[in-house]
Amino acid sequence: MIEVNHLVKKFGSFTAVDDISFKVEPGELFALLGPNGAGKSTTIKMLTTLLKPTAGSLKLNGYNVVKQQSAVRKSFGIVFQDPSLDLDLTAYENMQLHAVMYHLKPKRIKTRIEELLTLVELWDRRNSLVKTFSGGMKRRLEIARGLLHQPKILFLDEPTLGLDAQTRNLLWEYVGNLAKTKDMTIFFTTHYLEEAETNADRIAIIDHGKLLIVAPADEVKKSTKSQSLEEAYLKLTGKEIRDESVSKGEAWRERQRARVMR
Amino acid sequence: MRVIYILWLRQLKKYVRSKSRIVGAIGQPLLFLLALGYGLGSVYKAAGQGNYLQFLVPGIMVQTVLFSAMFYGAMIIFDRQFGFLKETLVAPDSRFKIMFGGALGGATTSVIQGMLVFVISLFLGFKPHWSQLALTIVIMSVLAVAITSFSSGIGSFVNDMQGFQAINQFLIFPLYFLSGALYPLNRVPAWLRIIAEINPISYTVDALRWTLIGTTRFGIWHDLLALAITLVVLVGFGAFRFRHIEA
Repeated sequence: MIEVNHLVKKFGSFTAVDDISFKVEPGELFALLGPNGAGKSTTIKMLTTLLKPTAGSLKLNGYNVVKQQSAVRKSFGIVFQDPSLDLDLTAYENMQLHAVMYHLKPKRIKTRIEELLTLVELWDRRNSLVKTFSGGMKRRLEIARGLLHQPKILFLDEPTLGLDAQTRNLLWEYVGNLAKTKDMTIFFTTHYLEEAETNADRIAIIDHGKLLIVAPADEVKKSTKSQSLEEAYLKLTGKEIRDESVSKGEAWRERQRARVMR
Repeated sequence: MRVIYILWLRQLKKYVRSKSRIVGAIGQPLLFLLALGYGLGSVYKAAGQGNYLQFLVPGIMVQTVLFSAMFYGAMIIFDRQFGFLKETLVAPDSRFKIMFGGALGGATTSVIQGMLVFVISLFLGFKPHWSQLALTIVIMSVLAVAITSFSSGIGSFVNDMQGFQAINQFLIFPLYFLSGALYPLNRVPAWLRIIAEINPISYTVDALRWTLIGTTRFGIWHDLLALAITLVVLVGFGAFRFRHIEA
């Protein structure tokens, strides 16, 4: 379902993603873990057509990510790490906009929105402006929106950030069901290692742009002789605290934009 | 077409829900109408040029559309900062449709602003030729689409509001003030007249003067041709830049 071969992304002289390869099977829950600035978001951006790779090849649902962007975009849904809702629209309007942009049939739009907003317990607030929502409500709405067009692949970039335990539980239950019943591939990143351990079929750990391991959680622990995934993760990536501000890739892009301005 | 429509509708809903934006966008043109219309009206009349308010209103309407349409580029910067831009960029539709839908929405709100100024000017004593009102709206719409497309292009590569404001001040303000919107071009120095003649905004101002008060400097067909060229070039620029936008 997802095929990544020798993927490289460079920003000037800085290599954000350094020759990584992996495959994700249909219906698999796949977790990409790594410290801040390790290359997770850059990888997701390349997989979702937001960034062009410097080298290597990417396939999603059998389509070439660089050459068949429209078909690729129809194949996936995404919940971004940062909020991406229009705060001046209502919850329903945000969903409706997404539905139209993903070419859902007009007859299906209302039922589908109702189904998903009910699932994330926002149907009663459908006519409220999103700017009146709490962080958790916004996150739930984004998740509902990502599922609206029934994608084959769902990218979840830190989907449970800011959610309470109940909503996190509901989310993973629903996502797990989707993978099982609809054969939907789930590709997610998270800093909550227990979430990855509990929910992911396989885990990939990336650091400094390089893929360190791709295996089920038990194998990751076994191969690093660790008791927990967190211990294994720290053995692989080290204990040094990473810069939480802008990544080197982002910084490079900022400099390029500034240069264009001059 | 549904994608263009929904993005157009989004801009309209945001506009209607932002009362401060509606009032704010009328404030500056109203100030110009009152301060210049009444302040310079007597000087203009004494110079044998007639009623300054009649001369000024088409220029102020262009000002309203121009600056309001240019503001659309700032909306793209806000969309990037608030994350909504990413949502549109991963949608399975052409970037042109996404850019154009939003630009049409921004253009519609700009024309509404321009018409609000027109209505206010009626209360101040402006007497238009009503027969060409439809053409007036068409001309304002063409200018608005051209400028929102252009500002989309600018918003695609400028990352912050300060940079965007700088472009506004160094490009749009001079284009407006050198267009003959506020003063007649028949008694200005030759260099200023030449600048006005290569300035696309001059032709829009001239076209509106023809439709609203029946006077023209360049001739309406020249005006319409210049406007059409401006539209094609600026929509092309916007589409090209938006194709390369990064979230």
